[in-house]
Amino acid sequence: MLRKHVILERNSILFVIFLIGVASLGGLFEIVPLFTIDSTVEKVRGMRPYTPLELAGREIYIREGCYACHSQMIRSLRDDVERYGHYSLAAESIYDHPFLWGSKRTGPDLARIGGKYSDAWHVAHLVAPREIVPESVMPGYPFLAERPLRPDQLGLHLAALQRVGVPYSDEMIEFAARDARAQVDEDSGDAEGLLERYGENVNIRNFDGNADRLSEMDALVSYLQMLGTLVDFQDYKAEGPNLR
Amino acid sequence: MSQSETLFGFIGLGGLALVSLVTVAISHDHLMAIHGGMFFAAALLGTVALITYATRRKPISPESLEYNDEVTRAGILIALFWGIVGFAVGDWLAWQLTYPALNFDLPWTNFGRLRPVHTSAVIFGFGGNALIATSFYVVQRTSKARLAGTLAPWFVLLGFNLFCIIAATGYLLGITQSREYAEPEWYADIWLVVVWVTYFIVYMKTLARRAEPHIYVANWYYLAFIVVVAMLHIVNALAVPIALGATKSYGLFSGVQDAMTQWWYGHNAVGFFLTAGFLGMMYYFLPKSVDRPIYSYRLGIIGFWGITFMYLWVGSHHLHYTALPDWVQTLGMTFSIVLLVPSWSAMINGVMTLNGAWDKLRTDPSIRFLLAAVAFYGLSTFEGSFMAIKAVNSLSHYTDWTVGHVHGGALGWLGLITFGTIYTLVPWLWKRPGMYSSRMVAWHFWLGLAGVVIYLTSMWNSGITQALMWRTYDEAGYFDYSFIDSVVAMHPYYFARALGGLLYLLGALIGAYNVWRTIKSGMVETELPKAQPEPVR
Repeated sequence: MLRKHVILERNSILFVIFLIGVASLGGLFEIVPLFTIDSTVEKVRGMRPYTPLELAGREIYIREGCYACHSQMIRSLRDDVERYGHYSLAAESIYDHPFLWGSKRTGPDLARIGGKYSDAWHVAHLVAPREIVPESVMPGYPFLAERPLRPDQLGLHLAALQRVGVPYSDEMIEFAARDARAQVDEDSGDAEGLLERYGENVNIRNFDGNADRLSEMDALVSYLQMLGTLVDFQDYKAEGPNLR
Repeated sequence: MSQSETLFGFIGLGGLALVSLVTVAISHDHLMAIHGGMFFAAALLGTVALITYATRRKPISPESLEYNDEVTRAGILIALFWGIVGFAVGDWLAWQLTYPALNFDLPWTNFGRLRPVHTSAVIFGFGGNALIATSFYVVQRTSKARLAGTLAPWFVLLGFNLFCIIAATGYLLGITQSREYAEPEWYADIWLVVVWVTYFIVYMKTLARRAEPHIYVANWYYLAFIVVVAMLHIVNALAVPIALGATKSYGLFSGVQDAMTQWWYGHNAVGFFLTAGFLGMMYYFLPKSVDRPIYSYRLGIIGFWGITFMYLWVGSHHLHYTALPDWVQTLGMTFSIVLLVPSWSAMINGVMTLNGAWDKLRTDPSIRFLLAAVAFYGLSTFEGSFMAIKAVNSLSHYTDWTVGHVHGGALGWLGLITFGTIYTLVPWLWKRPGMYSSRMVAWHFWLGLAGVVIYLTSMWNSGITQALMWRTYDEAGYFDYSFIDSVVAMHPYYFARALGGLLYLLGALIGAYNVWRTIKSGMVETELPKAQPEPVR
């Protein structure tokens, strides 16, 4: 067989064709079935696309590279589950373009951080982490509170996500900027429309403690506060071979 | 340079200038305007360079047998530049983790934005430029043919560096897709495809000119690097931009499928960028610098096809115990373990090539680099297979152990093999009898080696300590440590790591100075260069 190899060694085009064939197999057998096997993503109740404000917060999370130190994937291991909560389900990242599971925990996992601390805690912690946790090595993000969030382009974001398969309706796209503003103002007339479009499980309040304007801090905190809160685990029972 | 190539160059640069101006005009935000402006500036600079080049350069017939080494010379120097940038930023990040006040809490100085600058500068800037430069050198020698095109190889090198600059400035401005080692946004990705296809064409056309009937093993690896990286990059970068004038895009896949695609890419960036390409380097420069033929032809074939087949299956070992289906995890683990066979075939082939020339380790410090690199390759591939075992991974994943593992490969394998190659190649390229100072080479070697060893041991310690603290329970069944306890415990190791990185950076600075002095020294080599290595039989 090794002697036959000479044929490839003497023909560069044949060599490249053979190379592509051999190198494609892994992806064909491991990635393609993930799109075709239904049990890959188990259906669960409660999942909804991100509200425009949460999506803006997610973009800030990505922009600042938070994923480099925080995972959002609780593994099906006893200590992971007991420290962070129910292990992450595939369905919980179904609308995540891109996924943010992370690969390093310099800081703790954030998959279920939503609702564990108050908005004020998050704001203070993001502005100056060591004021809240003296031993922390996290950078501070005081500029987020200063920077206004411009929601005008959020419709474009939703439309692009609709194109890649996230079930945003045309109405959601049209109202994206208004919904973002409505989410920080309970008293605005638009809050009802926001709930109608995204369901009851949406936090509507002024997240950054500054009612005067919509800031990047509002967006990021709204995102952090909804992480892992959509699926009701009172309904869903934890089981699996790995929970030792 | 042929007239048609020059014309093609002007049309291409004009097209780039036009597209970038339109992009600036329709830009939705200042970010796209900045990057459009940078592309435009690059097109202008390229035009000026092309005019100067076309008028000054003496014409050379495409059939000439004189090797074209100008791109290789430039690529080696650019690789050194990016290497120092990458090591310096990396060490800065290490100090930030030790003393967080060093983040300065500004957007562009914080860890999160600087981290991809470090990884891209090292992998793409340092590694990529070294690979492009050496591949052009090797393919000519082993084919006994001149590089195809005159402008095209320059376009590959400079276009690739434009990609690196767009990537690095993008991260600082907050432009990122967050996909590890594939962070640049859609327009940079498209640009890279253009560059990479040109690279492939130049390589294939050069091989087509070869006077040797056989394609030498180093070229198999360089080809695998070029072809598979193209495949990985295109699939992983599929995305829909929110508008043509906006930097932001959304990837085609989500959740589980996205995670698997990204780590299929991510692990094979290791497999084909950081392994295959550098094995190509090893298969030429190691036998050449010790003047011995490659130990075994069979091991060469087994290693090559084993690596190209198996690497593509192992990405899922980055996702053990996650929401990825179990069958994919198990398949990834199995292939990761078997992958040790072809990896070690390549490693053994490298080490055994030194047989009969071991004495050169004493006299030629650049060979020390090459041998130590191969040893680190063996260590990292063994460690990688070990960490891919699910039970081990449940401990090592998410910890500094992974960071240590990556750096064993990056600092130990690719860093040392590249510096060893540079020390071999620089005297050949600039026609000098040797490096300016071989004591400096020795200093670089020991500083680099000490740096890697300190780095790895501190990360093994911190990774395992961290992992054990996270899973330690007291007698009543409660956690013994809070998360922040594990952060506190890391401090001494983070300090040691930053020190190790500093030693490595110092070594690289000495290396860059030595290269500069060698080039400046102006001595002309009197004896003929060493003979070509025989192609393996």
